[in-house]
Amino acid sequence: MSTQTVNTAALGGAKPKAPVQKEDAMLLQKEMINRNYHELATARQTGRKVSATFVPGNLNELLMCFDFARSLPETNALQNGLRKKSGKMIMDAERDGHSEDVCTYVKADLGMMLQGQVGPTGEPLPTPDVLLLSYTGCFTFMKWFELIRQKYDCETVMLHVPYQGDGHINKNMRDYVVKQINENVIPTLERVSGVKFDIDRLRGYMRESVKSEENLVNVLQSAKHRPSPIDGYFGAVYYIGPIFTAFRGMPEATQFYDVLWQEVQERMRLGKGPVTPEGEIAEEQYRLVVEGPPNWTSFREFWKMFSDEGAVVVASTYAKVGGVYDFGFRHDPEHPIESLAEYCLGCYTNLNFPQRIDMICKYLDEYQADGLLINSIKSCNSFSAGQLLILREVEKRTGKPAAFIETDLVDPRYFSAANVKNRLESYFQMVKAKRVAAAAAH
Amino acid sequence: MRCFIGIDLGSTTTKAVVIGEDRKVLGRGITNSRSNYDTAATVAKQEALVSARFELFRQALAKSGALNGKLDEFIGQLERDFRLEQFLEQLADLEATCLRNAEGTRFGEAAAGVKQALTELFRRLRDDSPALFIPNAKRKSDFFRDLAGAQYLALGEAVAKDAGVRYDMLLNVFDRSIIEVENREYGDAISRNLLAAMDRTLKAMPEAASRAEKIRAPIQGVLEMALEETYVVGTGYGRARLPFSKEHIRSEILCHGLGAHMMYPRTATVLDIGGQDTKAIQVDPHGIVESFQMNDRCAAGCGRYLGYIADEMNMGLHELGPLAMKATKTVRINSTCTVFAGAELRDRLSLGEKREDIMAGLHRAIILRAMSILARSGGVRDEFTFTGGVAKNEAAVKSLRELVRENYGEVTLNINPDSIYTGALGGATFAWRAVLEEGKTAEART
Repeated sequence: MSTQTVNTAALGGAKPKAPVQKEDAMLLQKEMINRNYHELATARQTGRKVSATFVPGNLNELLMCFDFARSLPETNALQNGLRKKSGKMIMDAERDGHSEDVCTYVKADLGMMLQGQVGPTGEPLPTPDVLLLSYTGCFTFMKWFELIRQKYDCETVMLHVPYQGDGHINKNMRDYVVKQINENVIPTLERVSGVKFDIDRLRGYMRESVKSEENLVNVLQSAKHRPSPIDGYFGAVYYIGPIFTAFRGMPEATQFYDVLWQEVQERMRLGKGPVTPEGEIAEEQYRLVVEGPPNWTSFREFWKMFSDEGAVVVASTYAKVGGVYDFGFRHDPEHPIESLAEYCLGCYTNLNFPQRIDMICKYLDEYQADGLLINSIKSCNSFSAGQLLILREVEKRTGKPAAFIETDLVDPRYFSAANVKNRLESYFQMVKAKRVAAAAAH
Repeated sequence: MRCFIGIDLGSTTTKAVVIGEDRKVLGRGITNSRSNYDTAATVAKQEALVSARFELFRQALAKSGALNGKLDEFIGQLERDFRLEQFLEQLADLEATCLRNAEGTRFGEAAAGVKQALTELFRRLRDDSPALFIPNAKRKSDFFRDLAGAQYLALGEAVAKDAGVRYDMLLNVFDRSIIEVENREYGDAISRNLLAAMDRTLKAMPEAASRAEKIRAPIQGVLEMALEETYVVGTGYGRARLPFSKEHIRSEILCHGLGAHMMYPRTATVLDIGGQDTKAIQVDPHGIVESFQMNDRCAAGCGRYLGYIADEMNMGLHELGPLAMKATKTVRINSTCTVFAGAELRDRLSLGEKREDIMAGLHRAIILRAMSILARSGGVRDEFTFTGGVAKNEAAVKSLRELVRENYGEVTLNINPDSIYTGALGGATFAWRAVLEEGKTAEART
């Protein structure tokens, strides 16, 4: 495996930065994402219908059965954030009447529409033919699609997914989701696409999904190794890209995860740490678990605050938002519709607080992490609520130190680098001081 | 002797603390941070080392018994004389710098007059200087810039008039020169100034002069002893500027936690309200931070909030607390935004509320913010140590006491008069621990 260098200065950035280091799989991932944007841009010419759906609970294999070109609004927003385009979009949406407190993914998406619906790669994004709201645990998702429907007057199909309030999925819940998929989702998608549903086609895609899922879990769990060959948060963003978006169920995804897993195994064999944009982490100093999405507008700067200190994220809940596979769930080609239901119900965002706390405690233990860091999202009212309680409870149960920082998804105004850095450094030193004290006590 | 030093580079002041091997504080130094952290760190450290020398003088003289009964008086006089010598040293530098900056074509034909006026002005400044350092002299600040600047302004106008030059020309020269002077260090002059100060002191205290040799001997002994900077730890906003490797840098959160623990070993919770941030810190029985929270979204609830209110009320910052203490009721003021609080303040005034009652409300508003940060960090545990500039404000302390009692019951509240040095003390203790517990040696910045 090799590490490649991408010269961002050549792309016309204002000040020349050190070249970005990337693994082969990261480059392959970027190519796939760009290809999907091209497919969307040319969907009308190629006669394909376009669907839009969200990452948590996305029914990609099902959408593929109807030949949709697949757009994911959150991914569009975060890609625009990474490319420093979201700030203006958010301001445009605010000028259009959306409040400062609204989720910035939503505003970035609406702003992009106001700017003429040009996607992150510079190619136009087509108007969707159908909006598939396949996960309802985030109330904002529903309002978001309401706004898009109002704007484009397109078909909307809603799959109501019951919340795991009691911490488990029961038969009624599963049956309820299956019934909706059979009686509502599939007929709507057939009508919009004009393609007849073929369950064997779905089974075929799912067979591919399972292969990717296996390798994704292998990759994410490689972080249990010391030193961890991957970063399970910043690096994982690249690793989850294909499977959480339009590629799950496609042979390209299977191939991607094969390549990735081979790379990671090789890194483990060589005892290497993760590749960061600034180069390889020479010495792993801290092993962390992170809750909450990363900040996208200052992604590289944010990561650097960790890598400079030798801090590696060994597990994150964010790397599970598009599917919690590491506790055993796999799509099941033998029971395809049921497994779609199970998948939606099992989303990280559909778990209750005790389940989220258990998951984090388990990660802290199994990945031998030093502590928990919560990156709370200022504009996310659904998932920032209760994070302090999670923190407290995890501290209490594991005795490991936890820290709390606040940034935002794609609003660059909400990333205060000096403050975030100050807290992170304090946290790392706190972990270290505890370690020294513990060593002195023995 | 081995010294362990902590330097806290704050946004407004830079503090340094020197401790010895017995972990007792030997000296403290403070200076304004200027825009130059390198100089501020050097100056604060020098000040702390000088103050350490004075402590060692005191110890040596106490042991020798040369001054029985007069020790405090003597050390106090010596310290004031030393400050005067240092002031005169810097004043001479400022004069030379001003004269240099008055050269050239800037003042055209007035140049000669400006130089003449400067010479006269500095003569008067020199003459007036001793009065600044007499016992119980009222000084608004101990920083050279403030002291010299205030005198310069006070005397400059008359001097300019007499010399027939424009006052603003003198101001211009001062502004150009003060930054240069402020950014110079006077480390080499310390011993010389101490010896000169000693002569002054012996002159001022004739009864001591008769025992001059008995006094000089222990002082000379201390002066000859090298104060070895064994290990330095830096903290605060400017910490990255310190010329040491990362090993020598600690976050101010850790340093505040440990510093509070050193001042009050039973400290479990620390609240620090500084100029621009509020920190709530939980520490373990060894002073190691267990969790912390800081104000994030805005600076409401920090010292600046009070500064802003003082400006709005046209009052001095230190006058706010005493005014609020006169309140008979507490007017409710929002606690989420400094600027909005200013608007509310004017609104309440227009409604006829009394200034002291509004002030009481404002102090409560600050503390309410702090309470929410404390809650986020895990609450208030016994003992509770309050540090930072706002801890000096009696009205803020009163509100804090009330709200802590209401929410957490009776806890011991510690406030140290030297709480401004908490971070630096924590840094010095980390330096001590690094060497004596972890066997580290100093590393240069790479």
